Amino acid sequence: MTAVDRLYAKRRFKNMLALTLAWAATVFGLFWLVWILWTTFSMGISHLNLALFTKMTPAPGDSGGLLNAFFGSATMSLLAIAMGTPIGIAAGTFLAEYANHSKIGTVTRFVNDILLSAPSIVLGLFVYTLVVKTMGHFSALAGAIALGFIVLPVVVRTTDEMLRLVPSQMREAALSLGVPQWKVTTQILYRASMSGILTGVLLALARISGETAPLLFTALNNQYWTTNILQPMANVPVVIFQYAMSPYDAWQSLAWAGAFIVTMFVLLLSLLARLVLLRNKVGNE
Amino acid sequence: MGDSDAPDARGGVTADRLFRWTVAAAGIFVLVSLSAAALSMLWGGREALQTFGWKFFTTTDWDPVQHKFGALVAIYGTLVTAAIAMIIAVPVSLGIAIFLTEAAPRWMRTPIGSAIELLAGIPSIIYGMWGLFVLAPALSEHVYPWINDHLGALPLAGPLFQGPPLGLGLLTAGLVLGIMVIPFISSVMREVFLTVPARLKESAYALGSTTWEVIWDVVLPYTRSAVIGGIFLGLGRALGETMAVTFVLGNAHDLSASLLMPSNSIAATIANEFTEADSSIYLSSLIALGFVLFVVTFVVLAIAKLMLMRLQRREGM
Repeated sequence: MTAVDRLYAKRRFKNMLALTLAWAATVFGLFWLVWILWTTFSMGISHLNLALFTKMTPAPGDSGGLLNAFFGSATMSLLAIAMGTPIGIAAGTFLAEYANHSKIGTVTRFVNDILLSAPSIVLGLFVYTLVVKTMGHFSALAGAIALGFIVLPVVVRTTDEMLRLVPSQMREAALSLGVPQWKVTTQILYRASMSGILTGVLLALARISGETAPLLFTALNNQYWTTNILQPMANVPVVIFQYAMSPYDAWQSLAWAGAFIVTMFVLLLSLLARLVLLRNKVGNE
Repeated sequence: MGDSDAPDARGGVTADRLFRWTVAAAGIFVLVSLSAAALSMLWGGREALQTFGWKFFTTTDWDPVQHKFGALVAIYGTLVTAAIAMIIAVPVSLGIAIFLTEAAPRWMRTPIGSAIELLAGIPSIIYGMWGLFVLAPALSEHVYPWINDHLGALPLAGPLFQGPPLGLGLLTAGLVLGIMVIPFISSVMREVFLTVPARLKESAYALGSTTWEVIWDVVLPYTRSAVIGGIFLGLGRALGETMAVTFVLGNAHDLSASLLMPSNSIAATIANEFTEADSSIYLSSLIALGFVLFVVTFVVLAIAKLMLMRLQRREGM
């Protein structure tokens, strides 16, 4: 074997090794995914029953359902979307249409990206000092505001990106017809980027559905049924947290059932978001 | 032009101005909310920071009964779990990104990429439950005894791996965090790898480079800053992750050399104890912890963002 051959063999060996490790890394990642999903599904399905959707959260050791928690989660998530989406769309519009290349636009985008990745527990503490301390007690409204702060940066980002994808000819054509800019934005640009923004809202909803940490300091929990958003309200993630950490079997099975339903809901939502985006892509081509 | 005096056009101008102000106000709202969050936590934590001063960061006492609070254990736990997470997640994410951009057959790339991204969608509380009820028992039965016997006997690093194989502790929490941040880091790496111009890679291939040499000598140097940005993005997640860590860390306020021992992190301490805080100094200490976490993650995420922007600027995006 000449020196050149030896070098060549060494390079090929290195290449093989690296590519094998890349395969191994992927198998490693998928291994955890399969394990976690399998645990959630098998444990969740074995504890599914109709009482989950018809009964309230039980007292310690008793059996019951999660009806009030589902209602609380739905209420707070919808309120959060209702608060976060309009502000988010407006701020995204500001970034894309009014401040695209300005300094304030750059800074706002930067801040928004930090908000997007900021730990949710920090946002929970923020809303605690802002709302809960001012009101004097925990409430579903505070929970919804905390979740709203998680929705906000997601919607800002997608709105900004989707609006910037709209070709500038569309704006120019409309403006040249004498249409005022606000009408161009609301009636033409929003329509063109509707499915993208909708995807952002769906992804934001998926993200807040399983959020636990910020709700611990804001909505807290409530064993009973309430529709008063100024009072503490039950919600699925905090109930899962509390019941999973408890020593009671009945509570732990409720936690697994809740975990299964939340996971399914989140995965279906992200699938739906992908479909919305995909359909739009196909429609544009 | 006389036209601008027409009622319709003037209405348009007013509405335009109104619309512009509304969206600008929303933009300012986003801009202000971040600093408002920081200030509100600094305000909430002022009592603790004033009472304990620097000692808050350097002492390990966490004694609600005697009203003495030091954050060192929580800060140590946060840093150690995040470090373990990065040791696991960075090489794995790099491997996955290489697999998805260079190594895998084309038909596998999209489905496997989506599957890895599914990991990012699973709520963190699910990771926590799985970690507590499935992973921790498995580790304490099969893995930690082995680590105890083999790594615990090492000369210098030994004390890190000694201790009862409880299953809960820094190492378990680091592993769960590592799994959680893999999809974030690998998706950033994959995206930036795809921005490398094909002609650069093709030139290297034409000179006879192997796939690995193209990755190591062309792709990675081209994307270096963004790859570091992606890693910092994952680090920011790992530092602030709450629920998963709360389940598997064991909630103990002792400083211990062993990675197998239960410990605490900033986020887990806040999540566990917030509703139990019965004195204002206790509550204030927890909020001050939140402020520390905010500052640390802000710095890490800001570095991440700046690193990512560098590649974007060169790309002209």
